[in-house]
Amino acid sequence: MSDLSAIAARIINEAFSDESMEAYVSRGVETDIAAYDGEVESLTQASSSGVGVRILRPADGGFQVGFSWAGSLDDDSVRRAITQARENATFSSVDPYAGLAEPDGHAIQQLELASSTFSAMSIDDKIALALELERATLARDRRIKGVDHASYGDFRAEAAIATTSGIASADERTGAYLSVSALAGTDDETQSGYGLCVGRDPKDLDADLVVRDAVERSTRLLGASKPASGRVTMVLDPRVTSTVLGQIAAALSGDAVVRGRSFFVDRLGEMVASERVTLVDDPTDTRFFGASAVDAEGLACRRNVLINEGRLEQFVYDSQSARRAGAQSTGSAVRGGFAGHPSAGCQALLLSPGSQDLDALLAEVQDGIYVQSISGVHSGVSSISGDFSVGAEGLIIRNGALAEPFREATVASTLQRMLQNVMGVASDLTWLPGLAAGVSVAIGDVQLSGR
Amino acid sequence: MTQLTDLVSATTIQAVLNEAMGRGADFAEVFCEDRVNRSASLDDGRVEELSTGAERGAGIRVVVGGTTGFAHTADLSEASLLEAARTAASVARGGSSRTVAVGTPQRHRAHASEGIDATPTAMKLALLTQVDEVARSEGGAIAQVQAGYMEGRRQILVANSDGVFSTDDQVRTRFNVICVASGDTGLQTGFESAAHTRGFEMFEDIDVAEMARLAARRAITKLSARPAPSGELPVVLANAGGVLFHEACGHGLEADHILKDSSVYAGKVGELVASPLVTLVDDGSMTGEWGYASIDDEGHPSTRNVLIENGVLTDYMWDMLRARKQGRAGSGNGRRQSYQHLPIVRMTNTFVMEGTQDPEEIVAQTTKGVYVAKLGGGQVNTATGDFVFGTTEAYLIENGEITAPIRDVNMVGNGPDVLRSIDAVGSDFSMVPGTCGKQGQGVPVGCGQPTLRLAGITFGGTAA
Repeated sequence: MSDLSAIAARIINEAFSDESMEAYVSRGVETDIAAYDGEVESLTQASSSGVGVRILRPADGGFQVGFSWAGSLDDDSVRRAITQARENATFSSVDPYAGLAEPDGHAIQQLELASSTFSAMSIDDKIALALELERATLARDRRIKGVDHASYGDFRAEAAIATTSGIASADERTGAYLSVSALAGTDDETQSGYGLCVGRDPKDLDADLVVRDAVERSTRLLGASKPASGRVTMVLDPRVTSTVLGQIAAALSGDAVVRGRSFFVDRLGEMVASERVTLVDDPTDTRFFGASAVDAEGLACRRNVLINEGRLEQFVYDSQSARRAGAQSTGSAVRGGFAGHPSAGCQALLLSPGSQDLDALLAEVQDGIYVQSISGVHSGVSSISGDFSVGAEGLIIRNGALAEPFREATVASTLQRMLQNVMGVASDLTWLPGLAAGVSVAIGDVQLSGR
Repeated sequence: MTQLTDLVSATTIQAVLNEAMGRGADFAEVFCEDRVNRSASLDDGRVEELSTGAERGAGIRVVVGGTTGFAHTADLSEASLLEAARTAASVARGGSSRTVAVGTPQRHRAHASEGIDATPTAMKLALLTQVDEVARSEGGAIAQVQAGYMEGRRQILVANSDGVFSTDDQVRTRFNVICVASGDTGLQTGFESAAHTRGFEMFEDIDVAEMARLAARRAITKLSARPAPSGELPVVLANAGGVLFHEACGHGLEADHILKDSSVYAGKVGELVASPLVTLVDDGSMTGEWGYASIDDEGHPSTRNVLIENGVLTDYMWDMLRARKQGRAGSGNGRRQSYQHLPIVRMTNTFVMEGTQDPEEIVAQTTKGVYVAKLGGGQVNTATGDFVFGTTEAYLIENGEITAPIRDVNMVGNGPDVLRSIDAVGSDFSMVPGTCGKQGQGVPVGCGQPTLRLAGITFGGTAA
């Protein structure tokens, strides 16, 4: 048993006999190095830890739930968190669906999420990686006039959960990343492009890929202008697809569905998407950077098919939303660290790739737009109404190939229609740090607004 | 309530600064923070998610030439702070040490509250249940009501090798309401939020029942909304959020972007960058506003800074590091999310000053366009100046009259072009709270503006 698991076990031992209790404890170390102008701009080395305590007290018709957290694992902080969670429970409404996760017989898989050689690289070598990233970006193309930021980062994170309902699980992971933002252009014009690479170990990082991505994305937008408005077919870059899938994921959360805050309410079993759309959430697929063997309530993560060839098959549930829906937890509890409550969410979404590469997909589309990046997602996309309106920049698709760049435009539709209008999914699966993998997707009949 | 100065003595601060400067450094800083948050939400008729949280720690920064070393710890003991100081100082490669002497702290207090413990929890929760009742009474179409209450107290202490030694005590309270309405056209939402750097006394001036009614009506109104237009149209923006300026020029006027030449406003001081009707101010000293504090997170007193005066760019926003680099004074814009983050250049309360025109006349003088009653969030690429911002309540304007509601939509524009296209500024004004995200750090900000009109901006709707 790790010492974190021991701390979690000690905390739930403090539960009164009629209480149910959950302890979530976590700890991490991180390094972050930013390079600028050939120098180290900043070097951050830090560790942090924390605890979240949930206490359920039985009441007539259900439970009252209280929560508390502390950004430290010292005895005083932990004791105070328990007392405050207990006090908070007395003020909450009685909830017939509240409850902790119960062991459900699903075996927890052994996943290799922490690199055994993680600590091997010296701080000086990491600094050299960041400095080299900036230098290589500036040197790659004469049109690159600056680098907004170039950085290396890594972390080791551990978490443990224990509950009075019999759950005891732990999780450890390591990660490293390189990111760079390139500025291309002249005195009169600037375009920016971003490159990113993640891995479980510093040696997994491909700096060349990061540089190439940032340079290509910034330089190919040079000379971009406002496009003509019209109904178009759009091809989403893998990163954009990942962002859009993240919004669709919010509507697939059982928690949103049982509370009536999803455009998928009452749609189970219906064709909600084109037959080309198969969407699976599988956190045990270690190709995902965010892969996980256990969910945020300590249950085994598992493969869940959400949309199968266009048909809505199921939602993802944590234990509370499952109880409310009359279903079982799908091992899909997520939480934003020790200070967050668990809720239901996707963690590793994969849109099944097609068989053709991007060039073949562009050839099939013939005329349209290739969207390299979108903006304003939080102000223009709703997983409740499904309304979709975002800023977009990218390249025009003409005669089946990428042509001149465009910017200062928007694309609009609804998430419901976009799912129905998926015309093709390319084979270029891309592993990204977010909750969804990237892949190029063609979506028909969206409104492009420009001039 | 424990004071930070009881936990960390001036002697300890002095020892830590000396340790940080020990290997040869140009500057060292200790930032201590003690934060307590309480929150509760109401959802589906039930008060749930009552949460209390606390964190405490220190971040230590050491600057050598153009390099900053940073370390943080959740343990405020002298031994732990000295260890963090050594880690932060590892960027220094030897050199003569400098001795730092600290005096007594300058104490500030960014609120008049008697403390957030004084009000019984039941009174706070009663606000939530009241919202549920009022919102649902607005009509059967209201399918779901969610309300959130949050209060937080943040004590900070900043001491540095330049002699700054200050504390601040900040109390913030936020209340929000989200209603979902259901109809033949699907689901629509209405949102209202109030947030101030004040304690529970905020509710003497905030009527949560009125917030509930507004949010519910907004959701119901949007059930009958038409698809939003696509293409360029004139727009009248009501005095309900200055997110336009936050995105169109606020971020672009932050000195970090300027010094890295990743802003369209770099090198433009003294030039006309907006319509002469525009005077833009960032003011961290606006008592009670969401972006208010006595000092910034580097110990600089909050100040009022005019950024654009009658359309002419007058200055940028500065944190200490960038100001030092330019050999000029700071402007009180160095902020951080918590002790675990390095300070960066941030806005506080950013607003456009009111003009002289009657807001109703501005609408009456608009033949065809869109009236935005409430704005949502936005996003900008400072390097290109392209930005988007969204609506959460908007209507068509036809022949000078506000007519049919339209669905939520983003508008897209380029900062300098849009600022030049402002052709009417009203005599009204209000501030709206928000959370601004930059480089992974969220901080509370205020945005304000009078009613104003843009001659044209591109709407990203679906109706051709």
